[in-house]
Parts: sequence; structure tokens; C-alpha cells
Amino acid sequence: MLLKRLSEACGGPGQEDEVRNLIRDEVTPLVDEISTDALGNLITLRRGNQEGPRVMIAAHMDEVALMIMAIESSGLLKFNPIGGIDPRVLVAKTVVIGKNRVPGVIGSKPIHLQRPEEREKAISINEMFIDIGVSIKSEAEKLVKIGDLAYFSTKFAEIGNDKFKGKAFDDRVGCSLLIDLLHDRYDFPLYGVFTVQEEVGLRGAGVAAHRIQPDIALVLEGTTASDVPETPEHKHATSVGKGPCITIMDSSVIPDPRLVATLLQIASENEIPVQIRRNTAGGTDAGKIQSSRSGVRVATISIPCRYIHSPVAVMSKADYDNALKLVKAFLHCVEKGEI
Amino acid sequence: MDIKKILINLSEASGVSGYEHNVADYLEQNCPWADEIRRDKLGNLIMLKKATRNTGAVNPKVMLAAHMDEIGLIVTKIEKEGFLRFSTIGGIDQRVLLAQEVVVHGKQNLLGVIGAEPPHSQTADAQSRAVKMEDLYIDIGFDNAEQVQELVSVGDLVTINQSVVQLQGSMLAGKAMDDRACVAIMLECFKELQNLTHAVDVYAVATVQEEVGVRGATTSTYGITPDIGIAIDVGHGDMPGVPEYQTIKIGNGPGIALGPHVHPKIYERFVSTAKEWNISYSLEPATRPGGTDAFAIQITQDGIPTALLSLPLRYMHTPVETLDYQDIQKTARLLAKFISEIDQEFVEGLMCF
Repeated sequence: MLLKRLSEACGGPGQEDEVRNLIRDEVTPLVDEISTDALGNLITLRRGNQEGPRVMIAAHMDEVALMIMAIESSGLLKFNPIGGIDPRVLVAKTVVIGKNRVPGVIGSKPIHLQRPEEREKAISINEMFIDIGVSIKSEAEKLVKIGDLAYFSTKFAEIGNDKFKGKAFDDRVGCSLLIDLLHDRYDFPLYGVFTVQEEVGLRGAGVAAHRIQPDIALVLEGTTASDVPETPEHKHATSVGKGPCITIMDSSVIPDPRLVATLLQIASENEIPVQIRRNTAGGTDAGKIQSSRSGVRVATISIPCRYIHSPVAVMSKADYDNALKLVKAFLHCVEKGEI
Repeated sequence: MDIKKILINLSEASGVSGYEHNVADYLEQNCPWADEIRRDKLGNLIMLKKATRNTGAVNPKVMLAAHMDEIGLIVTKIEKEGFLRFSTIGGIDQRVLLAQEVVVHGKQNLLGVIGAEPPHSQTADAQSRAVKMEDLYIDIGFDNAEQVQELVSVGDLVTINQSVVQLQGSMLAGKAMDDRACVAIMLECFKELQNLTHAVDVYAVATVQEEVGVRGATTSTYGITPDIGIAIDVGHGDMPGVPEYQTIKIGNGPGIALGPHVHPKIYERFVSTAKEWNISYSLEPATRPGGTDAFAIQITQDGIPTALLSLPLRYMHTPVETLDYQDIQKTARLLAKFISEIDQEFVEGLMCF
């Protein structure tokens, strides 16, 4: 399964190679042009009979990870998160480091040796380390380099009622949707762009948009869902299983209101469940694409994921299928000149 | 038979305190070195290896005890949205549970994820605190309580879903190494004894319910009435953030415990045996009888001469308990040498203070 392979692949900001290679193998037979740029964005084009409008769909390849900052004399590794990670989710997890996937664990002090008040306090990144099972620095240096990225070693699986669990759904779910979309040909040029470095400030999407000069752009994302106990409904942001999410505003972008209205109308006409993303925090590649050159009309469609940016997230298969339907219907409207 | 592979399977098996039968079943099928295997009423698995050398009318009995139960969770409530609330069985730091994967043992085994309110909807102050156990829940991917109730009931047990990770060299990490790694020590010891002779009957007991109050050791010791009892449990391995004096060194062989819970002559014999055979070890002094099977064994019936060997283990009671397999082999070798060298005379001497 494509999403499983994408989820289990490892690629953090600036080190997206494994994901890019997987996607390149997957889409090369589907597209007319494929290239990479100076930052490592993978840019594909499926031509149409018409010259326009130029439509760009973007999904980012990178995931949050841990960067190895130092190797201690004991052989233990110190790290910092690359991208936003709540340190509390890291305690007592397994990771794999670098291209060779050196296995490691993030240990924590045994409960027996703690004072009761310690258990109330979050463990900070400074107190954490990765243990790869060596006892001296020189042994560790043979296996791990400063700057290597460590990834959660989570396996993808189907759980419950048509749900998936796995890591890096943000944004491999977008990558998977975009690959699915590239199977179809439209009358207009469709640029499928797999971007880099979204998690460290949307850095790949801007330069890709500058090169492509799209008329319209869609960003496909994994977004936070908080439809969980303890969280009042008005803070749910999105709900798993209630359909793909449409962004009205986040910290990076106010998407084009006409595109938003069109998407909502298409959803309604085609009886595709959708939800408005009920949170204005967070940013996506749409922010950089919108302000590229003299401006681009953008919209963001995202899949709700519980426990995003943690070792294991949960998402709904139905949301995925409905997002695919929605984007396809949208592209047909573009084809008919209705956008 | 590769006992490391057996340990990996033991670690990945599910057996929370009181529900150890899966582990016992697996062990029963994978201990060809025992002459007899039986279970007692609490579920302790007793593997007997009879004396292979005769020195008297009655063979002295040595009991080894390593517990096969693991810490876990128990379902306490099914929320209307289908999430599960839980309580713990055994001592678990609430901070290791967030974003952990679990298996819910309902009508079928169900994969789940331990979640909590996401950080972005929490205040900065709340983010600096650990998420409390009562604010955590298990997400098994269903949409409402009705769907869940068909498969899960209050009281169902939950284990951590963690496969063993083979780290560098002979290092392994996984769940329930406390204390199944020491069950593996007993198997390695039996295997080692195949190449030696021994004048004592050896009862290797995979005990139950250690984590909730050393209960299996209590009944199994009573049933066996050994002349010597040796508990084998995990000890805290050296790691950052923990003072050195509270730990034993990983890779340096067993910790040999000393203190009121350990018979001084057995302790001395372990130390001299280790020296004689060049087996590295650490000393593990304790001021009080601690929470191991030795606690129960020592005060069974008229009292049993008891000792405790500790396997160095990092990150105890977390899903990534980490150990060096060489320490398992070193501990097993020390045990086997000790067992092969003791006799009736040594046993009788234990009563003389």
C-alpha cells in the first residue's frame, strides 16, 4: 500500500532523499516532465491540451524528526527536534537514525528512582538522549554522524473502524493523494510538486512556486485533529472521519475566498463530507505559494490526524477517499473553465 | 536452541500480572532441559532439573525464581466517543505512556494508541507539566462506544505494543525484560548445567504476580520448600541522571546483592565462585529487603536461605528496557557454577551462625 510505504519511509527537513526516491519511482511513469530544483523539491508536470490555467498541487515530503547534535563520551547521543515536537511524546520511544537506520531508544529514569514530584513535571529535551547500545564515543562515531536525523520507528497499520495508525501522515498523506491524482490527465497543465523543508518554515514551496508560476494552487496536508476527551468541542480544530478540511485562515495564509466557496459548493453538489478547519494556528506551504511573484490563488485541503507530530498518528480512510474525490471534482471544474 | 530468540518471543508475549498463561505456555514448550514441568494453583511454572551427581540420600533443593508477569494497563471505562480509560497494573511512570502504542486484549487483540489533549490547545504552563494518567486514554480507532462495546469490556487488559529492538553488539531493548530476561537466565543456566554435574535438584520457577506484591514466589516457595532460594531480577543499569551508587554497570555481569535479605554465606559463595571462574560482577548492597521474589522466599515456612542476583537493566518499567545479552550469559554461568559446586554439606552449613 502506497500510504504505508510513504509513512514508513524516513525523510526529515533537508534530508528528504528516501521519500523523494520513493515518489520519483512511483510518478515517473505517470508524468511528462520530472525534475528537481536547487532545494530538492520534486517537480512533476502532466501536460494538457491547453496552455492554461497552470495548476499547482503541492504536498511536502519532509516529516518532523530529531537531529543528532552531539555524541557524548559515553556513546549516548544528544538531539534537538527538527520541526515542532512536544518533548513529552518522546519519552521511552524507539527510533532509527540516519540512512542506515541505526536503531536506538530514548530511555528515561526508572520510576523506582524518582521522587513523586518528578512525575508531575514534563521531561525536557536537555534531559533526554538516544541510547544505541554502545558504551564509548568512538563506537558511536562509526555508526552515527552529527547532523544525522533520527526518526520514529513506527509501523503503519489499519486499526478500528477504517482508521490508519502510523508516523509522518503529516504530510505523507498529502504525498499519497498527490500521487493518486497524477494518474489522471486533465486539459490543463498540472504541476504536482513534492516540496521540501515545510516543517522548518515552508522553505521549499516558495521557490517551487516561483519557478512554476501557477495560476491556481492547492496544498494537500495532514492537519491536527483534537476530537478527543478533555478537549472542549470548540477546540477540536478538526474531527477524524468527518471529511477533508478546508482552511479559511491559518497563521500563514487566508486562502482565496472564491476557491474556498467553490470547494464547499463542489462538496455539497457531490455529497462529499467536508469540514471547515476550526483553528487559525499553524501554517502550510499555501502561505509561501500565495505570496509568490505577484500572487497566486491558493486553497488548502487537509486530512485530520490525531496525535500529529508524535510517534504515531491516527487518521481515517474515508477522509482520504473523500479528499481525493473533492480534489478530482475541483480539477474537473477547472477543466470546464468554471473556476 | 537459541535462547536469545526465546527471550525475544518472551518479551513480545503478553502476560500482565495474574494473566501470565500465554508466557507459561510458551515456556513450557521451549524448555527441553527440564526433567519435569508443572504449574501450581497460582500459575507459577516450575521447571525441575534433577541432580546429575549423587552425594547423599536426599538431594538438596535449590529454587531459582524469575518472574514472568509484566506491568500493564486495565480498561476502566469506555467513553461515549469510543475511547478507553485505564488504570495501571504495577508501577508505571505516567510520563512514558503518552504516544505509546498498546494492544487491548478484548474479544480480539486490538491495536491502540495512547493519546491526550494535543499541546496546541494547552497553555504553556500545562505543557511544562506531565500529562496526568487520568487525562490519558486509549484510541482504538472506533467512532463510538457501541462499536467498542462489541469488542472491549471494562476489565480487559492492555499491554504495551513494542517489539524487541536489537541495538549494537549484544544490546537488546524491549518491554517486559523485567523480568523475562531473568527467565532467560534460568534457561541459559539449565543449558550450562548440561555440561556440568550437580548434586542438587534445581527448580527454576517462572513466578507470577511479582509486580503486584511478590505473590507467586510466596506460594511456589511454599510448595517446593527449597533448601536454598535464589531470586533473579533486574537491577538498575547505569544511565545519565541517576547517581552511580544506585546502579550496576551494564556489560559487567550480574549484580550480587547483599544486605538483610541475602544469606551471608550464599553471598560469599557467589563472590568466590565469580572470582574463581573469572566472571565479572558488581556488588549491589541494599539496606532493606526490596521488591523482588527474594523478599517472599526468605520468610517462607521456617525461613529459607536466600540470595539475589540482579541483571543490569536500563530504563526499568518503560517500553524500552535495555540490557546486554552478555550479562544474561554471565549471570547464567555464575549460577551454573555455583549450583554445580554446592552440596549437602554447604546446605547444612547455612543453618549455622
